[in-house]
Amino acid sequence: MSEKVSTTNERRLTIARAMAEAIAQEMRVDERVFVMGEDIGGLGGVFGNTRGLIEEFGKERIRDTPISETGFIGAAVGAASDGMRPVVELMFVDFFGVCMDAIYNLMAKNTYFSGGNVKVPLVLMTSTGGGYSDAGQHSQCLYGTFAHLPGMKVVAPSNAYDAKGMMTAAIRDENPVVFMYHKGLQGMGWLGTEAGATVNVPEESYEVPFGKAAVVREGTDVTIVGLAMGVHNALKAADLLAKKGVSAEVVDLRTLVPLDRDTVFESVRKTGRLIVVDEDYHSFGVSGEIIASVCERDLSVLKAAPRRVAYPDVPIPFSRPMEQFCLPNPDKIVAAFDTIGGA
Amino acid sequence: MQPNREQQLWMYEHMLVSRYFEEAIEKIYLEGKTPAFNMANGPIPGEMHLSNGQEPCAVGVCAHLDAGDIATSTHRPHHVAIAKGVDLDRMAAEIFGKKTGLSGGRGGHMHIFDPAVNFSCSGIIAQGMGPAVGAALSRKMSNREGVAVAFLGEGAANQGAFHEALNLASVWKLPVVFVIEDNAWGISVPKADATAVPRNDVRAAGYGMPGVHVAGNDPFAIFAAAGEAIARARAGQGPTLIEIETSRLAGHFMGDAEGYRPKGEKEALFARDPIPRMRDRMIAEGNLTAEGDAEIAARAQARVDAAIAFARASDYPAAEEALERVFA
Repeated sequence: MSEKVSTTNERRLTIARAMAEAIAQEMRVDERVFVMGEDIGGLGGVFGNTRGLIEEFGKERIRDTPISETGFIGAAVGAASDGMRPVVELMFVDFFGVCMDAIYNLMAKNTYFSGGNVKVPLVLMTSTGGGYSDAGQHSQCLYGTFAHLPGMKVVAPSNAYDAKGMMTAAIRDENPVVFMYHKGLQGMGWLGTEAGATVNVPEESYEVPFGKAAVVREGTDVTIVGLAMGVHNALKAADLLAKKGVSAEVVDLRTLVPLDRDTVFESVRKTGRLIVVDEDYHSFGVSGEIIASVCERDLSVLKAAPRRVAYPDVPIPFSRPMEQFCLPNPDKIVAAFDTIGGA
Repeated sequence: MQPNREQQLWMYEHMLVSRYFEEAIEKIYLEGKTPAFNMANGPIPGEMHLSNGQEPCAVGVCAHLDAGDIATSTHRPHHVAIAKGVDLDRMAAEIFGKKTGLSGGRGGHMHIFDPAVNFSCSGIIAQGMGPAVGAALSRKMSNREGVAVAFLGEGAANQGAFHEALNLASVWKLPVVFVIEDNAWGISVPKADATAVPRNDVRAAGYGMPGVHVAGNDPFAIFAAAGEAIARARAGQGPTLIEIETSRLAGHFMGDAEGYRPKGEKEALFARDPIPRMRDRMIAEGNLTAEGDAEIAARAQARVDAAIAFARASDYPAAEEALERVFA
């Protein structure tokens, strides 16, 4: 959040409203931009990120779809290749199972398979995350799943300022962008929300560039890397650690593809310790990638073994005590530091 | 609706180009693959799905399209690509994996993209349908002319993507035509063992659009059915589903021993090869002479020879180019 354009602007927006504002501003200046997805019209999106758009732009450009993710995401690929700039909603990222071919075999590969002659400027926005007892078909993050597959950019904002700037950048990008917004940050009253995600947002249009992580808190003893909800857990953990006299630096990745390995590495070189927070599954995912990218570059910057605080390798349970037990939280991050802090 | 003489000649010549092209590919494909057949060897490695026998579907439909219209095809795309006007030299080079190929060798025979004529294909069954619907949506939303045609096989009609695309196209009344090339086989499984209805055109009723059946692999009948459907789409009256009975004269892919075919089927199919039938009909109706036929055949063969020569003479890409063009 060090890159705020205007700190005097007192207007605070939720991520949901920031996303809708970015889309509206792009739609006003670029008639190729349109939105489609389930319940994104009159309802304004189940998670509020298209609220108000149908009133301004009408049903043609704010297009409710049948419950046919394969059909409409495949259609978005065709429309994008034909010169449009669709913004498409996959209501829950967990639903990727019914439409992944359109995403990873068409959207992500057509540019490469055409030798760069076909462009697919498509934004696939999708909700992630749990914590509200919706169980494992509506609560996953799956960051690593998408970031693993080449051909699509993947972003996951932690706050409304970034959400607006990254949505604007996503719509203007010539490539497919998977815009992953965390339900717990969205600002929907009925879901409960993380207060830190609702921040000052300039009214004017701006871009937050992809591939640039943000150091959202500076420190000297440990680097805590996270994205989306993980950033807020990391910031709270940093407060707790500060009370113990430990200075934690917090890095918000913001973008997974392209990944800003440099900022992570420079931070770890300074602090010598690394904890990665990820609400996605523990194994084969973002946390392992971050640790590997530091170790591969220079193992000697580490004073202690890296640690990860990630979701255990189990489907997400319904029962509140079980789900809360599994989720990353500030106390787990502090406990992870305690295992490496003395080194 | 009947093709006029000029259209017939165009259809016939493109059928010949497609047939000759695949005859050349078939021969070259086997280079380096004998005595032991290894798909990875030879100047054309990988899977090879030939479309010989299915040429009438491509020319009967594409006779109504121009470069601005959109066509999506399947893992068996050559005939449609040729009828749609894809650059034959660069398509051949792509099939050889050469630098001069349409995609610089990244796609190969199942991933042919030529945006100059709005042609693309995908190796995944039924997955060209969504993009065709979307391209039609794009034209409708931006008030640009053009229809989209999605080619698919009869096996694709059992994919979820088929049903989603039909419903979406109909509920949004889009200028798109779905063309099923029913060659009766999904690799080794006959249509009757896989499909709950004898004819897929009846499925159109479930999506509130006309369904049309074309029997006999007849380019004239295909031309008529496609002409009506495409005119309907251009007039803003929405999508049509067409199922064409066609024939796959080759195996599913090269190397397929075709042990699943009933005895005598191949011979019967070759006896009804659509190319000599079209030639005979045109001659009988006075639209083609023996000399004219020889001239067209020579021109088609020369076109193919030039494309193959271009592909053979082209260089391979530098291996490191594999790392480029992931993003635009």
